[in-house]
Amino acid sequence: MTTAAASQKIRRHTMMLNMGPSHPAMHGIIRIILGLDGERVESADIAIGYLHRAFEKSAEQSGYLQVIPYTDRLNYVSPLINNMGYSMAVEKLFGMKPTERCEYIRVIMSELSRISDHLTCIGASAMELGAFTAFLYMMKAREYLYQGIEMVTGARLTISYIRPGGVKADLPPEFEPHIQKAIAETRNVLKECHQLLTRNRIFVDRLKEVGVISKEDALAYGITGPFLRSTGIDYDVRKNCPYSVYDRFNFDIPVGSTGDNYDRYLCRMEEMEQSMRIVEQAFRDIPEGNLMVDTEGREIPAAMMVDLAKMGETEGFVELDVNLDPTLSGGTRQYFNSVEADEKRAVLPPKEDTYGNIEGLMQHFKLIMFGHGIQPPAGEVYQAVEGGNGELGFFVVSDGTGRPYRVRVRPPCFPIMAALPLMLKGGYLADVVATFGSVNMIGGELDR
Amino acid sequence: MILTIGIQAILAVIMISFVFSLAALHTWIERKQSALMQDRIGANRAWIRLPWWWARPINWLLQPFNVLGLFHPIADAIKMFMKEDYIPPASNKFLHTLAPCLSLFFALVGFAAIPFGNTIAIGGHVINLQVANINVALLYIFAMASMGVYGVVLGGFSSNNNYAVLGGLRASAQMLSYEIVIGLTIMGIVMIYGSLNLQELVRAQGSYLFGWIPLWGVLLQPVGFLLFLAAGIAETKRIPYDAPEGESEIVGYFVEYSGMKFGMFFFTDYLETIMIACLATTLFFGGWQVPYLAASGFLFPWGAALALPPLAVSLLQILSFILKVLFFCWLFMTIRWTLPRFRYDQLLRLGWHYMFPLALANLFITAVIVLWVLS
Repeated sequence: MTTAAASQKIRRHTMMLNMGPSHPAMHGIIRIILGLDGERVESADIAIGYLHRAFEKSAEQSGYLQVIPYTDRLNYVSPLINNMGYSMAVEKLFGMKPTERCEYIRVIMSELSRISDHLTCIGASAMELGAFTAFLYMMKAREYLYQGIEMVTGARLTISYIRPGGVKADLPPEFEPHIQKAIAETRNVLKECHQLLTRNRIFVDRLKEVGVISKEDALAYGITGPFLRSTGIDYDVRKNCPYSVYDRFNFDIPVGSTGDNYDRYLCRMEEMEQSMRIVEQAFRDIPEGNLMVDTEGREIPAAMMVDLAKMGETEGFVELDVNLDPTLSGGTRQYFNSVEADEKRAVLPPKEDTYGNIEGLMQHFKLIMFGHGIQPPAGEVYQAVEGGNGELGFFVVSDGTGRPYRVRVRPPCFPIMAALPLMLKGGYLADVVATFGSVNMIGGELDR
Repeated sequence: MILTIGIQAILAVIMISFVFSLAALHTWIERKQSALMQDRIGANRAWIRLPWWWARPINWLLQPFNVLGLFHPIADAIKMFMKEDYIPPASNKFLHTLAPCLSLFFALVGFAAIPFGNTIAIGGHVINLQVANINVALLYIFAMASMGVYGVVLGGFSSNNNYAVLGGLRASAQMLSYEIVIGLTIMGIVMIYGSLNLQELVRAQGSYLFGWIPLWGVLLQPVGFLLFLAAGIAETKRIPYDAPEGESEIVGYFVEYSGMKFGMFFFTDYLETIMIACLATTLFFGGWQVPYLAASGFLFPWGAALALPPLAVSLLQILSFILKVLFFCWLFMTIRWTLPRFRYDQLLRLGWHYMFPLALANLFITAVIVLWVLS
């Protein structure tokens, strides 16, 4: 046999396998082009963009306020954190600071979002490894949190709750007991899941030493969040450059050591516990008082924000006896002021003013009408918050008009997706699912 | 002669209808038990309700079935039959169609050798409650189970789909490795009781240790039983051994099947589960044996006795068999909804590095003890 024939005989073929976008584990929005040698992954290529919605371009086309609903759809598992990041960027442009109470509410809401984000991530990746029961336990815990969020914002997913200058409405009185209950319930679920998974030999074997990334690689790719922390670097935006009132809370940043899937799982489990600690501290420390300030820093009392008008309770309205359309959103002045900054350039006036006097009406239309809107001073800011997956940054450029000149989002899972082939190569086909699950890829945020 | 054939045919019909209804019920058990375990309500949407006023009593009788979702298996079957039967254009159409039939056929024929009761005397005829009293029943069952792998492998390869090929590869490797373990674990039982005939094996398990502990296979072969359970679940291709399906990894060897052909693969899984449950019952839990129940009635070790007519004894034995099978079905279901899935290489390592040597050691020790006791 000649050498050519021999080499012909042992020539190896790699099997090309398109994993996704129509694949149960790929969320329908990602494609991994795998080169397989049997069950071994020889090459991996990631194709993204299946959920591209031109968020950044849309943001340039709409006013500052209209961007908020778009941000809900970035990381749709923890939309409150996106709202917060964007609103803080716009506030930074104005140089205004929300009220104390508002800051606490924002912290509570974004920590609740973080818990639900991690619950979804761990639950979904456990489900993809076959542990369906753990997934549904986690969904149960998330449901309690979502009910709390629904109580405050009126929505579960696209909440648009946090706005530049404050938040939409004050916390209802039944919110705190509900969340305390939800936290107790979540702790229960986490305990159950620890029992089901953490020392489960099959689960540990599936995750340990799988999808390993080194510290250096993680930093080089710009990875943040639980993914980076699992390699042993304790970078967390909440600690390293504290925003809002995070510097007042006592919480730890869990770090891993090996940077494998199991460490990421443990990091996320522990972070949920830390988030619950923050929420409890925030409930303990939350001040009474106003939620909104205007761009000049004047506080708007909390009572102004409750949507009495929405429910047709308009008797108390000053100045004028008007018949409000019950579908109108807004609030009575009393609540409005406590959650909104007293800034006429950024904050909609209370509905009694809009319908009651000419100044309010003019302010309302200046903010709503095409060609007007919120007009922050020209400049550019970058505001980062710690999202569920890592550093979620908003870079907003204002040219002084009613529309942002540029809104750029730094999605935390984008660098992780870029580094994914590194972690997949050399592993098994079944590890693709485990590693991909630990990325917690959210299409809305990745593709924008 | 004709009478014998007729009796065997009736037994076969009874067995197959029992197995089919249990498999259909299995889908319901799967739904309801997983729902219970996961704090859900579970299937309760398939209602049968007659619109006429005079049918109210019937509706009232149907109500518990409706609420419990017991009509879901029927709804499932209707759905499966109504769906488009899609054959991928690039597939091998003959093999593609043949595969689910092979799979279902070999899963079903094994049940012929399972004894579901002792003999029963009707009108002077003594009927052995077993469809086929085969002397090498164990070998027959494992031969059929091994043939079942062809359905899976052909289904994977004929679909002309990379995922299906991977599923077929995984299935063949997994089923071959675990069949060896199963074969070794039951050899212990065969050595102890000295028979390959399942009816003989069950009868041999009717004796008592110290006069009061039923001497079932599980007492004599505890390690063998555990290994058999672990390897048996691997045979059923269900979590934690569902690498061939791996619904979130490679979707499965049946990814290109739709309609009732998919349903046949689906059904095969349940049939195999029931088969393993039947085998575990027969080999390790005394089959149809009821503790202290002799042919004349109950004879308790403390001296009390309760005489029963022969028919009642037979029915009790059949009931005992069914209950034991249901217990194993429940156990497999609990395992399936608790554990995550093995990775393919871990699964093979478990089979070859741990279970195979353990089964060998178990066999060796059993052989030594049996020889020692006999000599």
